[in-house]
Amino acid sequence: MADSPSRVARPLSPHLQIYRPLFTMMMSIVHRITGIGLYFGMVLFVWWLLAAASTASAYATFSWLAGSFIGMLVLFGLTWALLHHALGGIRHFLWDFIHGFGPNERVLLAKATLAGSVVLTIVLWAIGLALKA
Amino acid sequence: MVELTLPKNSQMTPGKVWPKPANAKKVTEFRIYRWNPDDGRNPRIDTYYVDRDDCGPMVLDGLIYIKNKIDPTLTFRRSCREGVCGSCAMNIGGTNTLACTKGMDEVLVKGIINVYPLPHMPVVKDLVPDLTRFYAQHASIEPWLQTDSAAPEKEWRQSKDDREKLDGLYECILCACCSTSCPSYWWNGDRYLGPAALLQATRWLKDSRDERTGARLDNLEDPFRLYRCHTIMNCAQACPKSLNPAKAIAEVKKMMVERRI
Repeated sequence: MADSPSRVARPLSPHLQIYRPLFTMMMSIVHRITGIGLYFGMVLFVWWLLAAASTASAYATFSWLAGSFIGMLVLFGLTWALLHHALGGIRHFLWDFIHGFGPNERVLLAKATLAGSVVLTIVLWAIGLALKA
Repeated sequence: MVELTLPKNSQMTPGKVWPKPANAKKVTEFRIYRWNPDDGRNPRIDTYYVDRDDCGPMVLDGLIYIKNKIDPTLTFRRSCREGVCGSCAMNIGGTNTLACTKGMDEVLVKGIINVYPLPHMPVVKDLVPDLTRFYAQHASIEPWLQTDSAAPEKEWRQSKDDREKLDGLYECILCACCSTSCPSYWWNGDRYLGPAALLQATRWLKDSRDERTGARLDNLEDPFRLYRCHTIMNCAQACPKSLNPAKAIAEVKKMMVERRI
């Protein structure tokens, strides 16, 4: 669609700079960021599979890295990203059936997604660490 | 395209602080976006003080006070002053809304009322955005009744139930608050139709008298025109008529699936 021709170079009015951050908007951004994060997570996942399929020393290297403090931190973050993105997906699924659009529902759903992802991540790690010990 | 920062010619600079009205007991501070196409300078933010004892309660009253008593060059659109014309849509206190139906005391941020034009639009002057493309998008969904059967002798009849399906859709005043609140529209406004045009499209898709539902859906079946909606919900939050464009768009997406099965 053609923009109107104008003789002067019109400025673009401010957008992100001035818009009040809304909770559902922030959650949409987080959904995007976790989605991108999961792409990188998949690279680590493939590395793990390749290491397991190749040599014992390759697997040992991966295990050492994954077990280090930084490795654990990255895995913890990835767990949260995966759960957050998955719960966000369920939210989208509900929307596809025209649920959760009301002014209160949409905020409640967003809050539930955030709280759910944090709680599930902690529970999953607590179980994992307990089994390991 | 996603561009988080403003182009060079759009970056805002501090503007003039206009004197407080003499003998005013209660004043409210306004910070208003100004841009003059004739002086070749960047946009600036001017500060004004409104005498609340000499002024109505709405943000539009404040703007009219400023234009009448402080600075006649301040430019904005307004007409009905009761939320039916949609002319005075702007960004107030960080959200898009109508200046005429928003009370000054509802939008104070640290005691200040910040007023900007509708976001991510070309500015004509001060608070007046160029809505040419927005209207063209509305036209593109062909917002009129389309039929193939012969016209009835009197009017096209509609049952009460069918008429009720248009509630929440027909009330739109095309103020553009929703579309210009939508980040998807900010980044892809040249190809994504935006919440306002899509709500109007839904209004005609749902009309029991319209006979071109298939063609209307074909027109929207496009990765950008319809599917750039990611249910961010800024539109529903911004709408000064409390409509829900996000929900209307979801209903169109559902119709797309349903006609395939």
